[in-house]
Amino acid sequence: MGSYTITMFKYFALISFLTISLNSIGRTIVVAPGKSSVLKNTILQAADGDTLLVQKGIYKEQDILVAKKLVIIGQGFPTIDGDHKGQLIVVTRDSVTISGLQLQNTGRSSMTDMAAIRLQNVQFARVVNNRLVNNTYGVYLQNSHYCLVYNNTISADAKDELNSGNGIHAWKSTHLLIQSNKIKGHRDGIYFEFVTDSRILYNTSDKNIRYGLHFMFSHQDVYTHNTFADNGSGVAVMYSKKVEMYNNTFRHNWGDASYAILLKEITDSKIEHNLFAKNTVGIYMEGTSRIDVRHNEFVENGWAMRVQASCDNNTFEKNNFLSNSFDVATNGTMMLNIFNNNYWDKYDGYDLDKNKIGDVPYYPVSMYSVVTERIPGAMILYRSFLTDVMDQVEKLMPSVVPDQLKDNNPMMKSWKLR
Amino acid sequence: MIKIDSLTKSFGKFKALDNINLTFDKGRAISLLGPNGSGKTTLIKSILGLVIPEKGSITVNGKVTGRDWQYRSQIGYMPQIGRYPENMTIGQVIDMIKEIRKDEKKYDEELIVSLGLDKILTKTMRSLSGGTRQKVSACLAFLFSPDIFILDEPTAGLDPVSSEILKEKIIKECNKGKLILITSHVLSDLDGITSDVVYLQDGKLIFYKTVEELQDITGEMKLNKVIATVMKNQSTTNSVRV
Amino acid sequence: MKYVTVDLLRNKVVLVYAVVLAALSFSVLSIDSNSSKGLLSLLNITLLFVPLISVLFSTIYFFNSIEFIELLLAQPVKRTKVLLAEYAGLSISLSLAYLLGIGVPVLIMAPNIAALTLLVSGLLLTMVFSAIALLIFVLFKDKTKGIGAAIVSALFFTLLFDGLLLMFIYSFGDYPIDKPILGMVALNPVDLARILMLLQLDVAVLMGYSGALFKKFLGTGFGSIYAIVCMLLWIVLPLLWSVRVFRRKDL
Repeated sequence: MGSYTITMFKYFALISFLTISLNSIGRTIVVAPGKSSVLKNTILQAADGDTLLVQKGIYKEQDILVAKKLVIIGQGFPTIDGDHKGQLIVVTRDSVTISGLQLQNTGRSSMTDMAAIRLQNVQFARVVNNRLVNNTYGVYLQNSHYCLVYNNTISADAKDELNSGNGIHAWKSTHLLIQSNKIKGHRDGIYFEFVTDSRILYNTSDKNIRYGLHFMFSHQDVYTHNTFADNGSGVAVMYSKKVEMYNNTFRHNWGDASYAILLKEITDSKIEHNLFAKNTVGIYMEGTSRIDVRHNEFVENGWAMRVQASCDNNTFEKNNFLSNSFDVATNGTMMLNIFNNNYWDKYDGYDLDKNKIGDVPYYPVSMYSVVTERIPGAMILYRSFLTDVMDQVEKLMPSVVPDQLKDNNPMMKSWKLR
Repeated sequence: MIKIDSLTKSFGKFKALDNINLTFDKGRAISLLGPNGSGKTTLIKSILGLVIPEKGSITVNGKVTGRDWQYRSQIGYMPQIGRYPENMTIGQVIDMIKEIRKDEKKYDEELIVSLGLDKILTKTMRSLSGGTRQKVSACLAFLFSPDIFILDEPTAGLDPVSSEILKEKIIKECNKGKLILITSHVLSDLDGITSDVVYLQDGKLIFYKTVEELQDITGEMKLNKVIATVMKNQSTTNSVRV
Repeated sequence: MKYVTVDLLRNKVVLVYAVVLAALSFSVLSIDSNSSKGLLSLLNITLLFVPLISVLFSTIYFFNSIEFIELLLAQPVKRTKVLLAEYAGLSISLSLAYLLGIGVPVLIMAPNIAALTLLVSGLLLTMVFSAIALLIFVLFKDKTKGIGAAIVSALFFTLLFDGLLLMFIYSFGDYPIDKPILGMVALNPVDLARILMLLQLDVAVLMGYSGALFKKFLGTGFGSIYAIVCMLLWIVLPLLWSVRVFRRKDL
């Protein structure tokens, strides 16, 4: 992680150096609102290395093509309004900076993905400090590399999945840094497909109608310190390798089909120091291998974890499980994963040798959870006296729950994780 | 006042009443006698409408009992065992019955005073002895001065003084021209009250005669003697018949 | 009716019932910092104790007041009226005990819609099981048998029924049985009360997770209305039946 930061830092230092050096030879052009297509005309006249200072006001323009190395800076958040037609800014040249703009009302089309800012086959682009309001797509990165999307506020009011787009959409890109953005009300907050060696840090992605973060075929990516809350289905991470997730908060992704994280076909990844609070399902795993789940806190989730039988060699260690309706559910009887040193608030064993580790194992899968996994209709009996009795009987005479799924060293006290 | 026509009632296979025909007139005090299980209580309960007749009909003051419940306003009933909600006071029980009979505004509270209940109106029912509860039952039966009194073992459990007071009250009401139906095992208590005797056995009416007739037949004056003699004759005639 | 209520309110058992409920709810609510969790614990208490206490106490009470009922029936009043007055008095006093025991603590410590729903379901349960007790009273002549029936019915509804339901779901798990399940749930007032309450808490989502019909049913107001209507039927039908039987009953 450390060396990675340094490399990333180098790239952006390089970008900054380039822009500064270009600035010194380029002109500074002030753009004020008034004439129609004033932005487009100004860009036509500008040359590589020029800086555009866009003055406060409303610019009603669409499909502004930036094919020159420009620095576009808004002063007092000038508004570029697409009037629900077309895209706003399309960048096709490397090293373009866009900052301080308010970009609103792109068009909506089923043919093209209409974006407020589209980065197309470029490197070293920087999208910083912008406000993106009510666009189909916010920032759209297509086959772009070494780009920075930093400190933007991206919001929309998506109603359904078909007619909406993503806040930050990246496709076939590498070495992206997505940091400190606030994304709200899109289809997916952040969408990654075939994006590698990138990082997603300190973003807030909430109230998106599908996923806060949607992540497919994207390897060696890191996301840390993000908050994902109240998204329709939480976060989905699928078909990827070497994903690292640290210090994220997953809160209240609460609905009939919501997950804090949905992991599908993920291998060799790490999930550490995250907080999962009040999600229908904390972590849902299907076909995952060699994932370390450590030092996470699961609080008040419906199911803290659903581990399907197709998962193997995953390690669940030193996590806290507090006030979850069900700690772990599984659809199989075999269990090829390791649970160790977790704190389970439902554990009622004892610690005679006073080593702070319970002397008898904890079975995190309750009988009722096994039953509901097999026959979902049994959920109608949730919280009935019968199910309590069943669980108690099972504790005394285990027969149904997978007996290999156990924590041999459950902690007597919870870990201090926060 | 009360006319019973071929009344039959059975509980399962057991025939509690078998084709009973009886007419009770006002001004009479009729004793219902018979061994345990002879059908006395069933007869009383039928008149009160607590037991639904299987066959036959009962007419009270010219009205056929059945769905119509109004006729019961003319009956004062004193049950064999009086049990009341335990945490209510005597006063509350009396008030409650009064409230049920809102239309009746005149109360005959003579017994309440003469039996001394007026002094203990605030006592709860749970704290009362069986005898005192009996007194409450008696007072309730006489409260609305009905035309007909049905008293099931009225003197059982009462102390002699109270028993005497109750008997005097019964005679007084009878003299006013009211109809009185009494069952009792203590035949001596019925002396001087009874004008007629109905004798039941195994659900069948054995005889219904005035006391004078019975005294004539048997030559005995005391009621218990009279009945004993009749019983003896009855059993001999029965055996002869068999 | 007024008098039956007064009598019962002085009854020690009813008082103890109220006090025990109050103690339980205060302790549960103060232990759990999370009020929705506390409410769930109270729901469990309600679902377990209210049916048992209501049906048992009511049955015993009805059988004990049989002589008094006789006396009342000797008065010029309708049988139906006497019976319903007895029922009303009893269910009102048990309801008051419940309100006092669970309602007051809950409304002091966690006043919200969910708490209100808990009270409503508790009250409905009280009335349902007193109605069942009334039915037991008119159907059985013998007090001992009646009490036996009361215990069996409480046990049946709190435990056995769910067991049978689970067996049903288990055996027919491969078929689309969501609808039959919802229908069967209506046959158990305890389940209805539980679902009514869960619908007000966000854990309802967990139930919706298991099927589209549940989701539709539970996600809309229809679920609550369905539960309440079924519970009202559970009060009215036993009462009607009791009245029918009682009209022809020999005392």
